Amino acid sequence: MIVAEDVHFSYPNKVEALKGVSLTIKDGEFVAIMGQNGAGKSTLVKHFNGLLKPALGTVRVDGVETKKTSVATLARNVGFVFQNPDHQLFSETVEDEIAFALKNFGFEPEVIEKRVTWALNLLALTQYRKTSPFLLSGGERKRVALASVLAWDPQMLILDEPTIGQDHEQKEKLRQFIMQMQTQKKTVVIVTHDVEFVAECNPRVVLMKEGKIVADGVGKEILTDPALLELSSIVLPQIAQIFTKLSVLGLPKDIIDIYEAKEIILKAQESGLRK
Amino acid sequence: MSVFDGLRFRKVYSPIHNLDPRIKFVYVISIFVVAILFYQIIPLLFLFFLQLPFVLLARVQRQWLRSLRGASFLAGFIFIVNVATTYFTSGYTLLAPNVENAAAMTLRFVVLVESFSVFFLTTSPDHLGLALEESRVPYEFAFAFTTAVRFVPVLAEEAQTIMDAQKARGLELEKGSLLKRIRNYVPVLIPLIVSAIRRSLELAEAMESRAWGATKKRTNLYLLKLRRGDYALLAITVGILVVAIYVRLFVPIPTITQLL
Repeated sequence: MIVAEDVHFSYPNKVEALKGVSLTIKDGEFVAIMGQNGAGKSTLVKHFNGLLKPALGTVRVDGVETKKTSVATLARNVGFVFQNPDHQLFSETVEDEIAFALKNFGFEPEVIEKRVTWALNLLALTQYRKTSPFLLSGGERKRVALASVLAWDPQMLILDEPTIGQDHEQKEKLRQFIMQMQTQKKTVVIVTHDVEFVAECNPRVVLMKEGKIVADGVGKEILTDPALLELSSIVLPQIAQIFTKLSVLGLPKDIIDIYEAKEIILKAQESGLRK
Repeated sequence: MSVFDGLRFRKVYSPIHNLDPRIKFVYVISIFVVAILFYQIIPLLFLFFLQLPFVLLARVQRQWLRSLRGASFLAGFIFIVNVATTYFTSGYTLLAPNVENAAAMTLRFVVLVESFSVFFLTTSPDHLGLALEESRVPYEFAFAFTTAVRFVPVLAEEAQTIMDAQKARGLELEKGSLLKRIRNYVPVLIPLIVSAIRRSLELAEAMESRAWGATKKRTNLYLLKLRRGDYALLAITVGILVVAIYVRLFVPIPTITQLL
């Protein structure tokens, strides 16, 4: 469980990135943090594993105050995958890259071997086991970075812009993977601009603007509120756009799920609503 | 990354910022030479305080202090190594002149850092490139140099991100023996170098696709012209050099231990 209370944070260049953010993320929750560039999304999630410490206020992870412990200790429970995989890949082989964190956490060699195999398999990287991560494509490097964090099976996972540079198939796999983590009662926090991806996953959405949380609720409500999204320079998901336009026909506006949309349209067609 | 912060240019207008970069560079090199000429603490102290008016006139004192703080680790290292070597070579006795000598060596380093810091803090990369071009350095080299200077803060920021990413994977930079600590930086340096190379290739492609180097003969919108202030600084520089060489050759310099 992550509890942030009235968190304030300023960067050394005096930019006030967080202006009093309070947020509770329960175990097993799936949260998407959205908002325009510079809204403070990344700054906020960096507080969740102690990379940044609040100037005012507190952040507690499983009851432990982040100010009073090290990143390495927190990282054992909170996995953080950075946006750009090139900021972390350095090993000679993909295998070593994935084993890096496991070694840091002091796992036994046999366990490391097992976990590496498991993580490679999970992200369809087994064929690249002995390849240099630098020879892989952008999307593959991103998966190696993800695998290197998943390998130690953290209870909470933070993904910064996980869908950038991924094709549709990989995005779909990522979505399924997050769902799978959900069934294991793991907490997943994503920071993203990808409104379609969020609409497909339908998580809890936290909307940020200028260092503050402006909205917090289920995806279906927030992603279908044009006024709210415009405030944060986010476009409605395409399905929501269509249903906003169709609302003159008396159809509901708050639809982001493609199957639900299909049902409603078919039903409307049956009842002879045409124009 | 405070060392880099002390070298980052910020646009401010001051008499020092408006000076011709070539003359400023000559001044920095002169200070450099004078600092090398002396090994006694008194002239080096004098040299250290000589820079203060420049710093205050340019209103960069805060960044300047930060660059000194950034250099403090290396300065401390120089001091310790100097004291230690004289301690061992002089038969395990700690003598006041030896400590003073070590302090002078450290101060020499600090003077070099401070003068370069003032130069880079008050000279925009554009000005610097212009100065190089007008000193007949081929444009390609001038451009490469200014680009390198311009990318220092970008790289510093990137190094921070990389450190964060590795810390999130359980890397503890400050843990272990000295050798282990140095080795801890491998996971930071490799991504930094790789991404710098990748960035430079991307930059080259982006520049070529915007027709970089299409015209052989380039002209500049702004030209550097020596003004009264520049001549004044040149005179000051020559003055410092003359006085320094005279003192070095003909004036015996007492050490502080002798004075006491």
